[in-house]
Amino acid sequence: MLSWDFLLQPAGFDIGETGLFVFDATQPVWRALLVGVGNTVRVSLPALLLATLLGLLLALGRGASSRSWRWLSGGIVDGVRLVPLLLQLLICYLLLIEWLPDASEALPLAPGVWLSKGGLAFPWPVPGDGGLTWSWPVQEAFNVQGGGAVTPEFLAVTLALGVYTGAFLAEVFRSGIEAVPASLLEAADTLGATRWQVIRLVLLPQALRTIVPATTNQYLNLVKNSSLAVAVGYPDLVSVGNTTLNQTGRAVECVTVMMALYLGLSLLTSAAMNAFNARRAMRGDA
Amino acid sequence: MTASRPAWRASLAGLSGGLLLAWLLWQLLGWALWRAEFRADAAACQALQHHGACWGVVAEKGTQWLLGRVVEAGPDAGWQLGGLPLTLLLFASSWWLSWPLAIGLALARRSERHWLRWPAVACIEGVRGVPVVTLLFMAAFLLPLLWPQGQAPALLWRAVAVLTVFSAAYLAEIIRGGLQTVPQEQSEAASTLGLGWWGTQRRIVLPQALRAVLPALTSHAIGLLKDSSLVMVIGLHELTGGLSLSLSGDPVWRAFYFEAYLFAGLVYALLCLALARLGRWLEARWPRSR
Repeated sequence: MLSWDFLLQPAGFDIGETGLFVFDATQPVWRALLVGVGNTVRVSLPALLLATLLGLLLALGRGASSRSWRWLSGGIVDGVRLVPLLLQLLICYLLLIEWLPDASEALPLAPGVWLSKGGLAFPWPVPGDGGLTWSWPVQEAFNVQGGGAVTPEFLAVTLALGVYTGAFLAEVFRSGIEAVPASLLEAADTLGATRWQVIRLVLLPQALRTIVPATTNQYLNLVKNSSLAVAVGYPDLVSVGNTTLNQTGRAVECVTVMMALYLGLSLLTSAAMNAFNARRAMRGDA
Repeated sequence: MTASRPAWRASLAGLSGGLLLAWLLWQLLGWALWRAEFRADAAACQALQHHGACWGVVAEKGTQWLLGRVVEAGPDAGWQLGGLPLTLLLFASSWWLSWPLAIGLALARRSERHWLRWPAVACIEGVRGVPVVTLLFMAAFLLPLLWPQGQAPALLWRAVAVLTVFSAAYLAEIIRGGLQTVPQEQSEAASTLGLGWWGTQRRIVLPQALRAVLPALTSHAIGLLKDSSLVMVIGLHELTGGLSLSLSGDPVWRAFYFEAYLFAGLVYALLCLALARLGRWLEARWPRSR
């Protein structure tokens, strides 16, 4: 009853953004799904980075000695965790496409970085005569030309995923840091270690043991949550899979392929985090 | 560690944080209250040009989001289930229905019989390894294939079924964690006293296990309530989806999506806070057996 022939037939639809892949409607369906997986990974990695940095900042803020910083980061962490991710994604997208300037008068964030309704443009290496050369985007009459660019859909998904996961990670980091006995830090201080040495050599190695497994869970959630991209039209795996399903009518096969690919991505994430855990977090004796 | 830090740096950090907080609050209050328009007056709202919030969109559409939609004419005339009631129905039914399934899965996963344990492991890990959205696609596209053409249950009930399975997989792992905290001797003592296996689980093991993981149960409930918003992707119009539906086709009020989303966010936040409060109340009322 199952038939996988459709994977080899021409896709018949275009994909808005393809990242590092090249794709057009004449290519087979499996290439389209591959582009979808590529887009899921492409949006998940920057979101992972953003979430981790934000989580660290918020955890530091919640542990700050000043009350106002504690309130501010506590308010952000609690507020973000009480509202569905889908709603936050829709808000992010709305703000980006409504409140940013048009591409004809983009906002210069830094030299060579432009933000507008058309997305974010930034310098990007391109193959030239003598190896790679940097291509710098410039403002032209109607839009920003040159360099690398990402769409507002990409930005919305990255921001929403990064902020949402960051708020959860902040709690993970905070509880991991609080689990390290204060006596250990005092002992290191007494031995004459500087503040930075205490953090690097005593606090972090101890805290990582409790932090890494819970962080793995949050990273797995992030990769799975990137499937919400379908709600703002970013062509991730679910979005491409859904289009394929509607075009070919092969519901069982398409949903199975999507689930199998996500299972694969989840397994890869777990494997990477477990390797990190074995190498870094559990290094040395307790 | 903090003692070695100069006092002036600490007070500078406190001052800058205080100023930032005060400025943010001032901006927020100005936008959301003082410059805002509360009446359902579209012309007054447009005149604000987004310098103040237009809560008029809530005054105009809020009843529909919170109570469901009333269609006045046509074949579907009458009250339509949607908005907040649909959110609550999805959450409450999948939460309660997932309990028996989750307890079964958790006990099966701890069983020594392979034919019980491996299917439970496969089910739990399979569901936890894929996004809810793909599970909802199953409800929309695959489940109808199990019935003869046109006789499948309504999309709403298929979504409830999928959310139930989703919730059960996560709930089972929480319960399993709780079961691990109950010492083996308790079951042995109970069976010595003549309690059967099921009696031991129901009267001795499960109550202690569930008490131990009550905080995790609370956050699972909050997560499930938030995840019920995802049914929007398969075209069910609960709070989030209903709001988008009611504004996307309305040329007058669609300019005020942002205020509408904030209102929905506030409703979700209040519901989640209520669940968190309920969890803490249960923790206080149901003392941990030593």
